[in-house]
Amino acid sequence: MNLEILLLLMVLPPLVGAALNGILGRRFSQATVSLVGCGASGLSMIFALLSAWIYTKSASQPEPFTWSYFKWIQAGTLRADYAFYYDRLTLIMTLTVTVVAFLIHLYSRGYMEHEGGYYRFFTYLNLFLFMMLTLVTAGNYALMFVGWEGVGLCSYLLIGFYFTKKSASDAGKKAFIVTRIGDAGFTIGVAMLFWTVHSLDFKVVFNQVVKLPLEFQGVMTAIGILLFVGAAGKSAQLPLYVWLPDAMEGPTPVSALIHAATMVTAGVYLVARSSIIFAHGPAALAIVAIVGCLTAFFAATIALTQNDLKRMLAYSTISQLGYMFLGCGAGVFAAGIFHLMTHAFFKSLLFLAAGSVMHAMSGELDMRKMGGLRHKLKITHATFLIATIAISGVPLIGSGFFSKDEILAGAMEGPLGKPWLYWLGTITAALTAFYMFRGLCMTFYGKSRVEPRAAHHLHESGYEMTVPLMVLAFFSVVAGWVSWPTAWNGSEAFDRYLEPVFAPANAVLRSGAAEQSASLGPGAIMGFSILAAGIGIALALWWYLKSTEIPEELAERFADFYRILIHKYYVDEAYNWLIVRPLRTVSEKFLWRDVDAGAIDGIMVNGTGEGTADLGGVLRKIQSGNIPSYAAWVLLGAVLWLLYILTANA
Amino acid sequence: MDWLNEHTLTIVIFLPLLGAVVIALLGRTRASSARAVALLFSLLTFLVSMRVYLGFETCHGFEEMVPWMGSPPVNYHLAVDGLSAFMILLTGFLTPLCVLVSWKSITERANEFFIFLLALQTGMIGVFASLDLLLFFFFWEVMLIPMYFLIGIWGHERRVYASIKFVLYTMLGSALMLTGIIYLYNVTGSFDLPRVMDHLVNYSALSPVAERWLFLAFFIAFAIKVPVFPFHTWLPDAHVEAPTAGSVILAGVLLKMGTYGMLRFCLPLFPDAANAFAPVICFLAIVGIIYGALVAMVQPDLKKLVAYSSVAHLGFCVLGIFIMRPEAVEGAIYQMFSHGVSTGALFMLVGMLYDRRHTRLIKEFGGLATSMPIYSTFFLIVTLSSLGLPIMNGFVGEFLIIVGSFYRHASYTVFASIGVVLAAVYLLWAYQRVFYGEITKEKNRNIADCDLREKLILTIMVIVIIGMGVYPQPFLRRLDRGVTTMMFRLNRKSLLLTDRAPARHPGVGR
Repeated sequence: MNLEILLLLMVLPPLVGAALNGILGRRFSQATVSLVGCGASGLSMIFALLSAWIYTKSASQPEPFTWSYFKWIQAGTLRADYAFYYDRLTLIMTLTVTVVAFLIHLYSRGYMEHEGGYYRFFTYLNLFLFMMLTLVTAGNYALMFVGWEGVGLCSYLLIGFYFTKKSASDAGKKAFIVTRIGDAGFTIGVAMLFWTVHSLDFKVVFNQVVKLPLEFQGVMTAIGILLFVGAAGKSAQLPLYVWLPDAMEGPTPVSALIHAATMVTAGVYLVARSSIIFAHGPAALAIVAIVGCLTAFFAATIALTQNDLKRMLAYSTISQLGYMFLGCGAGVFAAGIFHLMTHAFFKSLLFLAAGSVMHAMSGELDMRKMGGLRHKLKITHATFLIATIAISGVPLIGSGFFSKDEILAGAMEGPLGKPWLYWLGTITAALTAFYMFRGLCMTFYGKSRVEPRAAHHLHESGYEMTVPLMVLAFFSVVAGWVSWPTAWNGSEAFDRYLEPVFAPANAVLRSGAAEQSASLGPGAIMGFSILAAGIGIALALWWYLKSTEIPEELAERFADFYRILIHKYYVDEAYNWLIVRPLRTVSEKFLWRDVDAGAIDGIMVNGTGEGTADLGGVLRKIQSGNIPSYAAWVLLGAVLWLLYILTANA
Repeated sequence: MDWLNEHTLTIVIFLPLLGAVVIALLGRTRASSARAVALLFSLLTFLVSMRVYLGFETCHGFEEMVPWMGSPPVNYHLAVDGLSAFMILLTGFLTPLCVLVSWKSITERANEFFIFLLALQTGMIGVFASLDLLLFFFFWEVMLIPMYFLIGIWGHERRVYASIKFVLYTMLGSALMLTGIIYLYNVTGSFDLPRVMDHLVNYSALSPVAERWLFLAFFIAFAIKVPVFPFHTWLPDAHVEAPTAGSVILAGVLLKMGTYGMLRFCLPLFPDAANAFAPVICFLAIVGIIYGALVAMVQPDLKKLVAYSSVAHLGFCVLGIFIMRPEAVEGAIYQMFSHGVSTGALFMLVGMLYDRRHTRLIKEFGGLATSMPIYSTFFLIVTLSSLGLPIMNGFVGEFLIIVGSFYRHASYTVFASIGVVLAAVYLLWAYQRVFYGEITKEKNRNIADCDLREKLILTIMVIVIIGMGVYPQPFLRRLDRGVTTMMFRLNRKSLLLTDRAPARHPGVGR
């Protein structure tokens, strides 16, 4: 079958599923709702696989496949079609998205069974999948923005799923607004891009950008920075990351799908997709790397002290997204995408396993009230352990090891690599291993601190939840093997595979990059990575299994520092005091009461009115009559006159 | 058939008035027959307006030309292009829905209500179809009268204040515009728009100073109507006090007359002045966008919030128009229509809530999503369309305006984008306070969800909202040629236009 039809068949089923469940779901039984929802995402996955297969077989590969379905917007010179752009990057994205989404749909069947709003949940989830696929298949920036905002909408709806809870609806609103600030950057960047190359179509844009003369570097840098503002909003980077931890108010499958595996990686996808633009504005790329690296480190330090299992994972996600940006920013885009893929598997697994824990614990998320759960939750424990190994970068069996290593190598040796980026990234790797094993120990090992009431019905989740966990665990291990490192005589096949996508950008970057003076060599870089992971894991095991009094002592000794960490550097509070409150006060007290009601309306408008009235009071004695009746007569006369003329001339 | 084809515009203008006459002739029968007649005639008008919209390209804009007065020579000259046909379609679309919205909520003096509503429609369509300056002015003024009564009789507590304020404000602008029209007649010897335009273009009859004064006379009249900051304070009062149908028409159509006038008169007649004032006007538009949004954010009254959001949305339209690039202008026109639909729908929704609870204060609500799931879903969709979410109508216009605005100056784009963020802030915050959370007021617990009539109205609105977002091309296509020609003429005539875009590099672009 033709690729354009297959792609449509991949994208559309979730939309149909969302429409069916959205309109009729109220009358459906839960079984029907989940059948529609899971069926739609299953179909998507099947057609994603088929498309990948057909594309791989096609003669034009690895050239991108583009297809325009219909003209969506045309005004003046601006044109945006409903068009798809499918290349190897799209292929990776669609496969990752649909596979993870399908598994999470399956998992949700069990997880959401007793939660209420079952049909609403699946409607939003399907709609999300549709929007996400639109985002990654879109053939121009305008259509990409549709998916971009669409996933934001679904995120808003799903974070606020338990809408009677104030904290949930607050979190949804915050997510939408903060990401929208980023979207403003995206839009401005797109506007600038349009007036530079006169097109929004990927193919045209990428071709034009390559041909741009050197003096456009400044413009390209500006566009790159603006696009990255959008990416930073969506992918929760400094300083726009604040919405993601709060987003954990949503049901756990949502956290896994949207806030770990797919939507939050859209920013990374945007940067990778626009790699050629960033390559022509290397300063923008440097900013991407720096922000990514700092975010990775910053979020990891917060994760060190969190006691809420999901929040810890949320900060971990922010940190890992930082790694992906670090990779892209250092000029090794393929490594960033590689980490995006492995992260999608192990992080969604971590969240789903956390959901399984939460399920068993009647909604409890405080790790201080867990411990020793491995006896009761065997499968959950095993899968959580595998995912922890993956994210911590344990060699060979952790997929995160392979992808993170590529990023760190790039941070050192990539076209835009800097030693300090590498070292900070490596330190962050140690922090990652530490906080993840800390979480693992607090949850599953040691003595049980479970409250008796909750301990009573601790149970492993049913198979509809554990099977997806096991499948994801499988991927969490093997996903890393697709790119065997060169240090071990591998060929980094994944990078090789994406090479055609990033070739133009890489060519520009390599030609511009200064010769790297200091390099550690792949073996040493890998050695340091392993060392970092080892230190992190060892410390966590020592402090949280053996000598459990150490963390408390440390917290006491460094009380001030600990307080700052546990309050997440007071960033939320700062935003509240510096932006939210002043804006409200100024709007209400000054703009509305003083300017609008006071100055404009009170003095200027009504003042004029009163002045005139005073004057009129003198003059009124001349006139006496009913104005409206005058007016009505004027109208009637005019109409009759018109009718007369028309008939006379007809 | 020929007669019908030749007089399509006359029919679409006076069909509603005919309906008003029929209702008047019915006398004091029951309200039900009056509203049925009103619905029938407004639906017929909608059909004719569809005909106008779909056929204007092949039928030479349905031009009609009949001498009206000999001296001075005033003609009954009608014709439409993509812009005016689009606005007539909007009017035709919204009026039947207004009749439906008022179906139950207008119980007192219903006959008269529908008479005024239909008469108002005649005035509005007349404004959009007139090509004669004096005829235009005539309809412009005529329209005020029914609106005055709609607010003054069927409005809420402060209706008299609001209606007088509305009329006086508009009259001030009208006086200026009339002066301008007469001056133009003295210069060109005609009231006929095409002739006036030809004369001005071919003979350069206006001194730059005169052109600027004339531009201002027209612009202020339209700016009051839009309303452009700082002429906007009549709007919250009029909107809040008007009955639902009045607010819908006010926001949906009447405000668009301002932007329509700018496009129809200010730009083509006084291009140099327009260019000269464009930076100031764009600045005011941006102030309107940000200011409207911020003031909307802190409104305790839901209807007032929607009213101030109109100030912000219309700011986008004015900004788009004075960018004077086809992309932005088409975006502005699209936004005019789409604001009519979205904000119209918002006013309908607020009206439905008011019918139930007789209050519009946000703090009186909370948790309605639990008790009114269907209503809250509709409200959410309309809210999202109003904040410009893609695949809904609001996005297309906003996107075109924002992208287009960059052509003039990057700062416009930045501030307009901030406006988009603020729209999300005030709308989602209001939505949260009204619909989310636990039910706190007992009265909200057993509040009725949408009935069939309301579902019908809202479903139609949602279909249009999504339809216009998913497939805007049929609309944009009809605008494109006219707007592009107009902008070409504008930019050719005045080479003052500074080109700031880096696009003109010889090696790049098309």
